[in-house]
Amino acid sequence: MSRHQAYRNYDYENDLDEYDGEEAYGEEEEELSPEDKAQMEAGTIQVREALGPQASKVTTAQIQEALWHYFYDIDKSVAYLVTKHIASPAPKAAKSAPVQKNKGKVSQKRSFLHQCPMVYLAWRSRPWSRSLQVHARMKEMRWHTPQVAPRTYQSSKHFSFAAFFNDMPWGNIPKHREATFIAPLYPRGGLLGGAGTPGKPSKLQQLALARKKKAEEQKAGNTDQDVQGTTTQMSRLSVGQDLGANEARNPPSIRGSSSPDPTPSSRKPGLGTLLADRKRKVGDLGQVENSPVTKPSPEPSVKSPNEEPAPEPAIPSAFAQTLVGSAPAAPKHIPRISYQLPYMAFTSSVSDAFSGPSPDDVVLSAQAKASNKKLASSSSKKTGGHDAKIDQASEGVKAMNVDDTPLPKSKNLDVLKEYKNSKAKKSVSFVVVGHVDAGKSTLMGRLLLDLKVVDQRTIEKYRKEAESMGKSSFALAWVLDQRVEERSRGVTIDIATNRFETEATIFTILDAPGHRDFIPNMIAGASQADFAVLVVDASTGAFEAGLKGQTREHALLIRSMGVSRVIVAVNKLDTVDWSQERFDEISQQVSGFLVATNFQLKNVSFVPVSGLRGDNMVHKSKDSAADWYRGGTLIQELENSQPLARALDKPLRMTISEVFKTTQSPLSVAGRVDAGSLQMGDALLIQPSGEKAYVKSLEVDSEPVEWAVAGQSTVIHLTHIDPIHIRVGDIVCDLKRPISCIDTFTIKALAFDVLMPMQVDVHRGRLHAAGKILEMPAILDKVKGTTIKKKPKVVKPGNIARVVVTLSDKMPLEAGQRIVLRSNGETIAAGLLNRVLLRRSQIEHLSFPP
Amino acid sequence: MQLVGAKSSQRLNDVSEGSVTLLPVEPEDMWHANNLISPEDVIKAHAVRKVTTESKTGSTHSERVHTDLTIRVTSTFFDTAASQLHVTGTVIVENSFVNIGQFHTLDLELSRPFTMWKKNGWDSVATETLNESLKQDKEGTVAAVVMQEGIANICLITEYRTILKQRVESTIPKKRAASSDQSSGMRRFFDKTLTTLMRSIDFGTPRPLLLASPGFVAGDFKKYISEEGTRKADKTMMAMAKDATVVHSSSGHLHSLNEILKSAEVLATMKDMKFSKETRYMDELFARLRKDDGRAWYGVSTVVKAVNEGAVGRGGGVLMVNNSLFRSLDLATRKKYVALVDRVREDGGEARILSSDHESGQRLDALGGIAAILTYPMLGLDDDEDEDEGDGQNGAIKEDLII
Repeated sequence: MSRHQAYRNYDYENDLDEYDGEEAYGEEEEELSPEDKAQMEAGTIQVREALGPQASKVTTAQIQEALWHYFYDIDKSVAYLVTKHIASPAPKAAKSAPVQKNKGKVSQKRSFLHQCPMVYLAWRSRPWSRSLQVHARMKEMRWHTPQVAPRTYQSSKHFSFAAFFNDMPWGNIPKHREATFIAPLYPRGGLLGGAGTPGKPSKLQQLALARKKKAEEQKAGNTDQDVQGTTTQMSRLSVGQDLGANEARNPPSIRGSSSPDPTPSSRKPGLGTLLADRKRKVGDLGQVENSPVTKPSPEPSVKSPNEEPAPEPAIPSAFAQTLVGSAPAAPKHIPRISYQLPYMAFTSSVSDAFSGPSPDDVVLSAQAKASNKKLASSSSKKTGGHDAKIDQASEGVKAMNVDDTPLPKSKNLDVLKEYKNSKAKKSVSFVVVGHVDAGKSTLMGRLLLDLKVVDQRTIEKYRKEAESMGKSSFALAWVLDQRVEERSRGVTIDIATNRFETEATIFTILDAPGHRDFIPNMIAGASQADFAVLVVDASTGAFEAGLKGQTREHALLIRSMGVSRVIVAVNKLDTVDWSQERFDEISQQVSGFLVATNFQLKNVSFVPVSGLRGDNMVHKSKDSAADWYRGGTLIQELENSQPLARALDKPLRMTISEVFKTTQSPLSVAGRVDAGSLQMGDALLIQPSGEKAYVKSLEVDSEPVEWAVAGQSTVIHLTHIDPIHIRVGDIVCDLKRPISCIDTFTIKALAFDVLMPMQVDVHRGRLHAAGKILEMPAILDKVKGTTIKKKPKVVKPGNIARVVVTLSDKMPLEAGQRIVLRSNGETIAAGLLNRVLLRRSQIEHLSFPP
Repeated sequence: MQLVGAKSSQRLNDVSEGSVTLLPVEPEDMWHANNLISPEDVIKAHAVRKVTTESKTGSTHSERVHTDLTIRVTSTFFDTAASQLHVTGTVIVENSFVNIGQFHTLDLELSRPFTMWKKNGWDSVATETLNESLKQDKEGTVAAVVMQEGIANICLITEYRTILKQRVESTIPKKRAASSDQSSGMRRFFDKTLTTLMRSIDFGTPRPLLLASPGFVAGDFKKYISEEGTRKADKTMMAMAKDATVVHSSSGHLHSLNEILKSAEVLATMKDMKFSKETRYMDELFARLRKDDGRAWYGVSTVVKAVNEGAVGRGGGVLMVNNSLFRSLDLATRKKYVALVDRVREDGGEARILSSDHESGQRLDALGGIAAILTYPMLGLDDDEDEDEGDGQNGAIKEDLII
């Protein structure tokens, strides 16, 4: 189905049609674009509707061909189909009668349509006009000549240019942009050669035309008579007569009620029939009945030929006049000037023609209603005329080729309310800490396996791979240790997050590395946790080593990060044959130092487990040697733990723990919302870069959501920001109440080691930077908080002191945050940031009085 | 630095009154010059000056003239990264282009001699600095990369200072299910670090390279260098990888150099270098401070008190002063410190002037720039807290202002 075929239907003579551009144009259009397809489908449906019972007589292909040919002009297509496929083979009367009865406008349209061949004939009979084709085309392109009202200009003497282009589907032109095509009445012609005067066609051409006319008439003869009658009648009308007559007879319905109507009374019958027609088609349309009356129809489908607007053509532009000669045309135009006003009004009414729902939409919505489809009236109103406008606008935008994605829309939800109303499971995160090789990752791997988060096959696969590397016992740990390095070295390097659900709770696991070199990562994990699982290796010698090593430091760190609840998993108890003595001994020692590090015993519980074998994890141990243990399993202990209170109403703060690319967005960040809430469409500020970003979408626990609140592990898909502005450890914060970047501050710190003015690493969650202790203004009393000693030279371990810290670079920090100071690979102090300071040098630079 | 001029070169001990003509030959010499030149000194050096002349008709004409200028120094500015020294002062010897009292900033250049007079003669500290600067047996500088995941500090450790050449930062995706992202991020980071390293430090002649990091980053980086060298058939890289020493550090921040310089691998190769001694002294000081045994003190007033008591003397007394204290202070203060140093030396203790551009100097800087290890414990030195004048760090806070 190509355009060329369409031309063949009209029996173009190749030698006559020498306009190459047309060819190229046609070829461009050959592929159906997605919009075209959609239009085609919609058109097919509409045509079928219009055809009613006749629809079965035509194939979809035929309809689509017709639509393509008429460029989705439903009425024309219908008319074409009726004449071509329905009316012609069948007995005329039988077919045309119902058509006329049911769809008066269809038949009317048919009559309109069938004058087209005549137009071509008229045109062909005037070879000089070919030279004008180019001019006409130029106009077409510039002013988007409408495809309407061809009839009015038709005469044997002056052919209609407009009609010629009428069924040329090049102009997918928004109606409101259409101008009236102005036919120069006495074109001079000859610009591009040919006869200087409107000369006669050559004999050959005349012969060819005569033949064509015959063929055309034969075709037309098949159609019903009234069509032919109208056609001939119409073709006889002169331009002048036609204008006047037509105007008087059928004022254009396209004039809205707002436009001044010169003949209001004459409009009524036309509209009446129109309404009646639609009523029949639609059924109950009580509430929308008015709309076609008040709102002019922009859609060709509701225009009957009789209602076709006959807008008063404007005076040709200076350019056109120069091209085709204004002198002879001028006198002819003079009387028309009097019609200028209605024409103007007409255009203005067109411009607001889309303010209401289009009749088609009215029809559609009514149909939808009838078929009990849920279609909100508001949406139908919106998608009415506006739709067309939006389409045009979007087309315009497309044409402009502006590459700017729109900002994500915010729903402006009251997130806190939504959160209160939502009945989601409580979400809790816990960090797994302990000395290196205590079996933290394996324990969690076992937990995930037993909870069926990971299937046995995956574990088997890992086991095979691990065996090939000679460390088969690491298979379970590989569930969490996913990095190549971690697997090859058998040590966790970075925090691994994973989640599982029980009936009441969604748990987020933060598997921390135990190795002392990766304590920064462990701090990052601990800062996101509500409580902790301290894994202790019970095997002989290992526990003691751990107690000297990271077991103690981790306990200190989690305490100073604000974690108060600890579940001590005494791991590898199977290696000591589930010895109760060993368990008790370990419990005693661990609770001893936990109390020393300010944990309350009621918040500490001990579970003997075997991570490798899975005893007392999800299920009770089946080993008879472990019968002495009466307490709950690890999972029960986990469920007994409550999340910390969330700072929901504080301004948004989220530390970025991961930055990555996804299919959804080129830039996604993950982390736990520390405070506040956010929702889709929010504008955020990334500190310390100070760049603005927008929330494209959100995920909480791998589920797309519309909002997120403090405590939830959230993935934010961001837009409108360059990835170079975001690093791990940055803070996502509220645009209105942002966190500021500072470099000097006071912390109230508990010293774990000797503090003196020295260089330290400053850690806050994922964030860490080089800094130094500037001075220690005071040692404070542990209970009362009063100053014991001013300006000590050194602060001894165990003391609480005010410490002034300065950073080499500014970091986003604010009062109330937990800071850890480390030096030479050891944690030396931890505490709360309680004051932001300015250095004197900075104060001097400030212009305002301090 | 070379001493020029036959007269003075032979009798360096007699420079106390006279002038010294020095020829800087390498960037390090500029740093020495910066330590040597203090305000009120007189410098004579080659200068380029724009001279504007006005003709009788009032038209002006300016040209750049090369001339020798003699100035009395008011301030110096040392550009660490470029190793350039700018000396500002007033002209004291008139010539056809410049009048007395006009200001000029001399840009001391390599291979151009300058002459300097000390206004107040050459004190012990100045002579020591001069001696140091004239040392010919330069030991090879060491290139070091202190790194962790995503951060690499590329620096050059010379005898007297640590120069941070470049800091490389790279975002490395954290652990997700798709771990390939992570390793490719790591490769990108290594690539960036290696190219920066090659660009900022000349490896034309083999020099030791230290790679330090927590965890396995440094080891992996070394492997990466040798792999890249093999892949590109680059001899320099392969040699680099061969000479590289992997050292453990607790973080990738520059101050971890402390640990690196202490490590056995480094000490084995560079134990004679000035900084390694300084690092040892600083460690001792910190250890004593930690013990709080009354034998280690820091801060100007306490140290002055201790020195005056004669506690920093024979048998383990060490006074450590940062050279930044000598550089930009007014004469009276400088004299005070010089007297302190002399006193300790008289008492038989050791006085060390630490380079503030080294890590040990940075640590001392944090303590106020001066510290001492006493021969016997003294307690309660810090009881009266009226000082705060000297250590520009401690007074630098205004606590009332909160933002």
